[in-house]
Amino acid sequence: MGAIFRREIGAYFTSSIAYIFLAVFWAFFGYFFFETCLVSATTDMSGMFQSMFLICVILIPILTMRLFSEEKKQKTEQGLLTAPVSLGEIVFGKFFAALALYTIGLVMPFFYALILSKYGVVEWGIVFSNFLALFLMGAAFISIGELISALTENQIAAAVMTFISLMLLYLIDVIASNLNEGILQTVLNRLSFFRKYMAITCGLFNVSTIIFYISFAVVFNYLTIRVFERRRWS
Amino acid sequence: MIEVRNLTKHYGDKHAVNDISFTVEDGEILGFLGPNGAGKSTTMNMLTGYISSTSGQALINGVDILEDPIKAKSYIGYLPELPPLYMDMTVKGYLQYIYDLKKCKLPRRAHLNEVMTLTKIGDVQNRIIKHLSKGYKQRVGVAQALIGNPPVLILDEPTVGLDPQQILDIRSLIKKLGKNHTVILSSHILSEIQAVCDRIIIINHGIIAAHDTTENLSRSISADHRLIARIEGPREEIIKALRNIPGIKYCRADMQREPGIYEYELEAEPGNDIRRDLFAIVRDNNWPLLAMRSAEMTLEDMFLKITMGEGLVIENPNDKAEQKGEQA
Repeated sequence: MGAIFRREIGAYFTSSIAYIFLAVFWAFFGYFFFETCLVSATTDMSGMFQSMFLICVILIPILTMRLFSEEKKQKTEQGLLTAPVSLGEIVFGKFFAALALYTIGLVMPFFYALILSKYGVVEWGIVFSNFLALFLMGAAFISIGELISALTENQIAAAVMTFISLMLLYLIDVIASNLNEGILQTVLNRLSFFRKYMAITCGLFNVSTIIFYISFAVVFNYLTIRVFERRRWS
Repeated sequence: MIEVRNLTKHYGDKHAVNDISFTVEDGEILGFLGPNGAGKSTTMNMLTGYISSTSGQALINGVDILEDPIKAKSYIGYLPELPPLYMDMTVKGYLQYIYDLKKCKLPRRAHLNEVMTLTKIGDVQNRIIKHLSKGYKQRVGVAQALIGNPPVLILDEPTVGLDPQQILDIRSLIKKLGKNHTVILSSHILSEIQAVCDRIIIINHGIIAAHDTTENLSRSISADHRLIARIEGPREEIIKALRNIPGIKYCRADMQREPGIYEYELEAEPGNDIRRDLFAIVRDNNWPLLAMRSAEMTLEDMFLKITMGEGLVIENPNDKAEQKGEQA
């Protein structure tokens, strides 16, 4: 798994995806920090974190689009699948590489919090729980992008499909609010990523939310493994 | 050692590989010969665990590739048809990655240097793979298969795209490796297989059309009794005269090579040497003999011969069963 993880990280930086991702990610972080903290002269960073949800929906597809599609297109997949490693190692190696780069992007708010702590009192607990929420939600998003990338050999198609899928997750709340009271609305509300995320950014930290995000990521990683197993047996 | 038993692969109702069985002993080089689309790559992909078989078994050193894929794969160095190279990595970086991927235990630096020396890519080790020529890329592909010194090497058309000097280099490398590795090598070039392999399997339409030692196969298809002669003189008369040579099977005029001069293709019954008779005819008629050479048998000729002549009728299931019995 280490070899795949390291190569994937290397590929992010040689293909400049890492720089583009981090630059755009941090630019938005900076803008929202400016708008929600500096302009309104508050140390409450929840507004910034809430705004980052949509940025993740847009940027995570860029992070995951080439994970498997590129391997398939360049036929390097064959080398990977005939190497003495398990499918789990391959899939999780790539997942953790994308997650690692994403986590580098998440370091920025801590610098902002440090800056703010010079001028006021920062609620570090809320900063950390916000960070954790964004991290876990990103992990779940990455696992979706990874699965979609394994289904196509076209990076652009993978990116667009991932974006649409994440957008649908984002819009679950909108759909749910338009429904009459009923089972479907309850189910959609329970599935809602946005609602759970918002709850954490407001300081409502919930173990079930953590488990929800983690199990979501595990399920989609498992599905990715199944995609390769199925392809081998077809 | 590789053991293949009744290996079959169907894609829907298309039979890519149908009921193939063979074994490769330690230290043996087996050649897989067949036209494009014959099932060579499919068979190799099944042996290396890239795709599964519909039925049948493939054992690598006694380990079933489907039952314990990780262990079986650790015995194999595989060069697929298209080398699985990451274009944005340096040669050295890529080989280091393969070393880690294969969880290799050999001394890292020494082993990588050894492989790079063997495949002669040491001078490009710091260059990005996408900037290399096709020949170098192919050799990097061979190098990645050699990492970890696996006992079994499976090479799918290893000399494709190389220049003649590089082809010779790779061939001698494979021969060298064959001394202490089990090698399966595929190609659609007959001379290449002849030069390198101990044993040949000819595969066509997903089934084994012939399976014998290189020596035997070469003898059965040897082109001694087929000649091409370039003779100056009247075409019809020459043909008439040549057709009177005892033991001749057929004779026809080929292309006009020079103004008024044709090449004649002659085939004698096996075992007849017609060169002297031919010379006597041109001497007696005073037709200058400008060139004479034995006709190289093309792969197509050989297929026709092996699949239609020699009693190996592949469409007939009874014959196929017999053929299988002989191999077992």
